[in-house]
Order: sequence, then C-alpha cells, then structure tokens
Amino acid sequence: MLDRNQIAQRISQELKDGWYVNLGIGIPTLIANFVPKGINVVFQSENGILGMGPFPFEGEEDADMINAGKQTITPLPGASIFDSATSFSMIRGQHIQLTVLGAMEVSEKGDIANWKIPGKMVKGMGGAMDLVASADNIIVAMSHTSRSGKSKLLKSCTLPLTGVRCIKKIVTNMAVLDVTPDGFKLLERAPGVSVKEIEAATEGRLIVEGRIPVIKL
Amino acid sequence: MDKVVKNATAAIKGIKNNMTLMVGGFGLCGIPENCIAALVKKGTKGLTCISNNAGVDDFGLGLLLQKKQIKKMMSSYVGENAEFERQMLSGELEVDLIPQGSLAARCQAGGSGVPAFFTPAGYGTEVAEGKEVRYFNGKPHLLEHALTADFALVKAWKGDRFGNLIFKGTARNFNPLMAMAGKITVAEVEELVEPGELDPNFIHTPGIFVQRIFQGKDYEKRIEQRTVRKKS
Repeated sequence: MLDRNQIAQRISQELKDGWYVNLGIGIPTLIANFVPKGINVVFQSENGILGMGPFPFEGEEDADMINAGKQTITPLPGASIFDSATSFSMIRGQHIQLTVLGAMEVSEKGDIANWKIPGKMVKGMGGAMDLVASADNIIVAMSHTSRSGKSKLLKSCTLPLTGVRCIKKIVTNMAVLDVTPDGFKLLERAPGVSVKEIEAATEGRLIVEGRIPVIKL
Repeated sequence: MDKVVKNATAAIKGIKNNMTLMVGGFGLCGIPENCIAALVKKGTKGLTCISNNAGVDDFGLGLLLQKKQIKKMMSSYVGENAEFERQMLSGELEVDLIPQGSLAARCQAGGSGVPAFFTPAGYGTEVAEGKEVRYFNGKPHLLEHALTADFALVKAWKGDRFGNLIFKGTARNFNPLMAMAGKITVAEVEELVEPGELDPNFIHTPGIFVQRIFQGKDYEKRIEQRTVRKKS
C-alpha cells in the first residue's frame, strides 16, 4: 500500500517540464515536495497566484499571501498575482496543463464526486467544478476504499457529482488506473498489493491486461 | 472626483435592510474589515451577501452572522464556521453555493454589461438544475447570469482620492471584480494617497468603479492557516 506521501510521489512522475499545474487541497498539495530533478513546473493556486512557493519561514508569514487552502505561502521569483476571474480564465481556458485533486468517489465513466455528502454539512464546491469541467488532464489522488472498506471506484457515483466524464487517471493507495471508455484500466499496483485485492476493492469495471507492474518510487 | 469619505460609518451610509452586498476577500484575506465592523454596529438586517466565503465564527462575515444580520449567502465555500452551519441547518440562513470561477465571472459580467454567459462548470451536477444548457464545440455549457449589488465593499492596499486602487498579494482575489459590480462601491484602503502618487501603469482597479473611498484603520489581517517552515 502507498501512504499519502507515496501517492503524491507517484503522481509527481507524471509532471512534465514547462507545465502549469493546479494542486487541490490534501494529498495533491504534497506533490510540490516531489518535483523530479530537471523538471520545472509552475504551481497555480486558484485564489490568484502563479508561481506558488513553499511556506514562509517562521515569523515571515504574510496575511496577504495565501493559497486556496488559506495557508500562508511565499511567491517564487517570477511569480504573478491576479484576480479570481483571471485565475479561472486560466483554468477554463485550458492554459493549465495538469490538475490534481482529491475525490470521495469516481465512476468508471470518469464522473467525480468530491464536494457534498447529503445530510452532512455542505461546505461548498470552491473551484472544483470549474476545474473538472475545463481541465483536459485531471489526475485524482484518493484512497481506493473508505475506512469501512467500501470501494470508492464505482460503476456510478452515489454522491452528488462535481463533474461528469472528466477524470482520466487515478492514483490510489493500491493502484494506478486510467479511466477508459470500457472502465478502469489497471496500469500499476502498489507494492504488496495483488491484482486480486485490487479487483476486490474496485466496484466498477476493472480491466486487467497481462502482467501488472509494481509502482516504482 | 474627490471620493474620500471620513470613515467606515460614512462609507456605508445608505445600506438598508434587505439590500444585496458584495464583500471582497478570499477566506479572511483581503476582506473589508472596517466596513464589516461598521455594519455590525449599524445593525442592518436581512442582508444578502455575495462573497466567496462566509468568514470564521468571530471574524469577517462571521461577525454579521453572529448578529443574524445575513438572510442569504451566495458563496463558493463556507466551511470553517460553526455558527454558519447552525443557521443553515436550522433554515434561518439561505445559502446559494456557486462554483468559484462562475462566481468570479458573474461579478465581472455584472460590472461589464454582460447580462449572462455560458460556462462548462457545473454541467451534470446540482448546480445545473433549472439552467439552460447549450453545446459549443461539442461540449455542454450552462447559462449563468451576471450578479450586481446595491453596495460592493472592497479592501485595497493603496488608493487615491479618485478611487484608483492597488491591491497587495493574494488579497486581490474577488475585490477588483466586485468593485466593478456594485451600484455603489466602497473601497477601504490601508494607505490613502493623493492623485499622482500611484503609478497609472500599476493601477489594478481604475477609479471609475469606485464611488467612496476611505482610510481604514486597525487592520487585524487575521491568518486562517498559519503554515511555516523551519529555518535550516
């Protein structure tokens, strides 16, 4: 099984030099710690900054410099700041090459649910609906099953949707999968996890072709 | 062209019960602290607030929620606020959740004379209920309408007597868009200067969008998530 950091590390292997990348809150944020050597990417935070850098040193926090998770950050040299409409023009206009976000459920058709659990407090979708509706290249970082062991990779989402037919790739604690027109295609498995276990943990249609390699970190 | 008013109380003059307000800021970053405090003092009720977030329990719009001055919130994300949750679940508070990019674009459209536009965000979700769908380039889009407000309350870093504004860091966020969409836009600034002191090349919001401006005071600028790294 992969832990949160290892999921982020595996996704970091998908980064390509020169890309602009939007990272969601949670596991996706950790990806910034694993950018491979020789690869230069620019991180966007949808509240209005390109070129988001690390957290400030203690005592240097600036209330006017935060990310979309409302955490204090620093701008890197070459950063730019803009208003929220410009920020979402970058997103909707497909100027961002990769979006990584978390999910509660993903369906075999590529639908995603990650903003609302009926009966529980609704916090809102933030920028998630704009991101998934527009981005060409979306990777979901998530745990394969719920704490009670229920699959989160489903035939159809049971929770209110964030977007339809938009997810292309999923990296979980158990596997790397592509979402294809025929269902979830298993690409890699986590160390110590068998194909059988992944099949058992996947409710939606799982396509397994040939030998499935182990994730390399 | 002198738009300076004395203080927050003078700046919010004319805000009445049941009006619609836009309030700038993202989380607690770039919020009009002085105007919010003046509204709490004034006690105006039944407000509809268009703002990306709803503050925290004891700061930002949370202060207006505490006093039950808000009837309806139009926001993209409203977590981090227990009183908000209580009022929403009890039905006291109406909430319209809007995708963040659509919210920004609707404010910008409202100030730009664009009554409506199509966006892909929210297609196939609850957000799409009751909205016209049209396909462009083979992709479904929703018709979203522009937003305007009786008053827009924004916060800038520097501003001059003519209402020209410059924002600092990510405190810019929704402020320039809401400034465009208010019938009366009130700007509170950390530093009020004379015309000519701000370089025209670096004005973010031209003064035409601002009707009142004042020098704010006692900014707390609370940080919601203080994240730091150690010096090594």
